[in-house]
Amino acid sequence: MKTAVIRFPGSNCDRDIQVALRQLTGHEPTIIWHSETTISDDIDFIAIPGGFSYGDYLRSGALAGRSAIMKDIVRAAERGVPIIGICNGFQILTETRLLPGALIRNSGLDFVCRNVLLTANPSASPMLAALSAQTSYSIPVAHHDGNYFADDETLDMLEGEGKIAFRYQDNPNGSMRNIAGVVNARGNVLGMMPHPERAVDPACGGTHGATLLNSMLNAVMATA
Amino acid sequence: MKIRVHVTLKPGVLDPQGRATHHTLENMGFDGIEDVRCGRMIDLEVAPTVTDEQICDMCRKLLANTVIENFEIVRLDAETEAA
Repeated sequence: MKTAVIRFPGSNCDRDIQVALRQLTGHEPTIIWHSETTISDDIDFIAIPGGFSYGDYLRSGALAGRSAIMKDIVRAAERGVPIIGICNGFQILTETRLLPGALIRNSGLDFVCRNVLLTANPSASPMLAALSAQTSYSIPVAHHDGNYFADDETLDMLEGEGKIAFRYQDNPNGSMRNIAGVVNARGNVLGMMPHPERAVDPACGGTHGATLLNSMLNAVMATA
Repeated sequence: MKIRVHVTLKPGVLDPQGRATHHTLENMGFDGIEDVRCGRMIDLEVAPTVTDEQICDMCRKLLANTVIENFEIVRLDAETEAA
């Protein structure tokens, strides 16, 4: 099981996801700098971490979305490689249009940093199949621009096709229809604002994040 | 050639910055403000060979996110000459 973490200038959750992936897979993830142009074909799982890529200039994720490595990430997505974008990674995936919608400023104007309860939709993607729709997953959020926006047509499409991966039980940022995470039509690209990689150790913030990441990694291992 | 691009949030997209500014203006005693929307201004200095179509392409691909934003392109030199 080979995983990769993409690092941008301003990424700050790259090490958290690196530690989480190492712990959960037993293998060291490959760290890929944004100016590299290729992702090796043998990578089974790509993580785009949170942070403030390029200082969030222009829009969160906009400049990172046009960096050199993203062309190969788009190609990997088209090949069906599982890709997860967390927080700024989610913003980057929407900016590249690998995922629909956009993330705008939190409705309350505040930076929100706390644990939230999520409801999962296990049928949204094989990567979520091990989760339960009846369970509340407690996962930290930490963002200023996490308010998910899309036009009604897109929201209806996401709901109709069952592509809303996670919803907030108590919406912290004004996201439309309480959306915390979505997947693409094929189900191999997942973006979410909450940080599962910050909840893999009982000593800091619980282990529901490990449950989420394990579901994704086990699905990848089953097909690899 | 100077090009100014105005990027504004589409109508209906929540603009908390505009709302907070509106609220503060009212608190300061300014009456009759119906709405405040905040946007972004980007100035480009480009060769005369750069076409409007190319600038539109830059806007669509990077400067504006057309899911949430509109953009408007103004050629500043022409404006200055006219003045």
